Amino acid sequence: MRITVTVNGQPYERDVEPRLLLTHFLRDELDLTGTHWGCDTSNCGVCTVQLDGVPVKSCTVLAVMADGHEVTTVEGLEKDGELDAVQKGFVECHGLQCGFCTPGMLLTARWLLDNKPDPDEGEIREAISGQLCRCTGYENIVRSIRWAAEAEAKS
Amino acid sequence: MQVPATFAYERAGSVPHALELLDRYGPDARVVAGGHSLIPMMKLRLAQPEALIDINGLSELAQLSVEDGELVIGSMVRHAELLAGAVATGPYPIFEDAERVIADPIVRNRGTVGGSLCQGDPSEDLAAVFAALRATAVIQGPAGVRKVPVREFHEGPYETAVGDGELLLALRVPILDGAGSAYEKVERRVGDWPVAAAGAVLQLDGGVIARAGIGLTAVGAEHFCAPEAEAHLIGKPPGAEVFAEAGRIAAEHCEPHSDQRGPADYKRHLAAELTRRALARAVERI
Ligand code: FES
Ligand code: FES
Repeated sequence: MRITVTVNGQPYERDVEPRLLLTHFLRDELDLTGTHWGCDTSNCGVCTVQLDGVPVKSCTVLAVMADGHEVTTVEGLEKDGELDAVQKGFVECHGLQCGFCTPGMLLTARWLLDNKPDPDEGEIREAISGQLCRCTGYENIVRSIRWAAEAEAKS
Repeated sequence: MQVPATFAYERAGSVPHALELLDRYGPDARVVAGGHSLIPMMKLRLAQPEALIDINGLSELAQLSVEDGELVIGSMVRHAELLAGAVATGPYPIFEDAERVIADPIVRNRGTVGGSLCQGDPSEDLAAVFAALRATAVIQGPAGVRKVPVREFHEGPYETAVGDGELLLALRVPILDGAGSAYEKVERRVGDWPVAAAGAVLQLDGGVIARAGIGLTAVGAEHFCAPEAEAHLIGKPPGAEVFAEAGRIAAEHCEPHSDQRGPADYKRHLAAELTRRALARAVERI
């Protein structure tokens, strides 16, 4: 089936099988390997991308369902060579160790701050509660997102 | 890597189109909305539909509104929308209580109310919520639209009143003036199914309980409700003792099974305790 998906602002047209999952479409068809893939059962959230601005677990979305829609992956966060505030927060506060969960965490963090620019710790923890950090670095992930909220409030 | 078996994929452009597609592909077609129950089952090959009818584009099924004194929740309303929608959580905070603990925020962005109900999992949260609220399911098929009380909607584990060729359109919930409602769930971790959960809806008249709804999930309560416990409440003034007794009666009529989430006697204990807590919180909110 022929689909057109806009990923990070750029439309991609591809012929895909209906059973192809969005994760594999991004990773294998478009070579956007920043989107990770872990449990494959919608539990861990490492595959999280934004679909029309809302984070979803891409291992549980068919690529054909994204036809005509917009997807943002971690590769799309940086703008004009400058990292997004949430990325800077993860750098500043050691928000990642192995980095496996990081792309998904960043996309959820971006969505959270877009909707709630000044989240408290509880709200941050709730927002990322569907995502597992195998390195268990939650404290610093929460701090990183807070850092980004504060940085954006200042700018 | 888990990959579903091959299937034909069709996108419905309207409700009549969806019904036409269901008719064309027959009983081996499945409707897909958020896909968060069906796609994992397809990956595990527990489900192998020959065709998927995608209803994500049917915005007419994604509305939350009030019509004729009833809350109308379209089957395509996503869990996150139900949680955020004051239309529903205003009259009935039970929706907010429940939606906060259904799956996780990312899954809630995609999963739908109708999808959860049609999956018919015996541990599903909204089944208990809608049972407590005495909602009505609106179903459309080739013969037209029919309404089924939610307390008759689940015909068994993973079996619902939605037949081949039919589509769940909406849930309608009567809005009771001055009712209080609440949902109490015990889960082992975020995103897990409940070990047990209970929902309660109460309406008072002249200081006594005039209407009571109790929904239970994951504890083998028939049709996700507790009619004997509800009957005990009617006509009595609300209070700790009467709620505890209702909890005890509700638990007595459950048939929980032991599994990896806990032994049956623990679940029965939870059925009583969570019913009691939900009733107490519901009455505080009146
Ligand atoms: S890989 Fe998608 S949730 Fe784990
Ligand atoms: S940094 Fe390793 S999984 Fe989170």
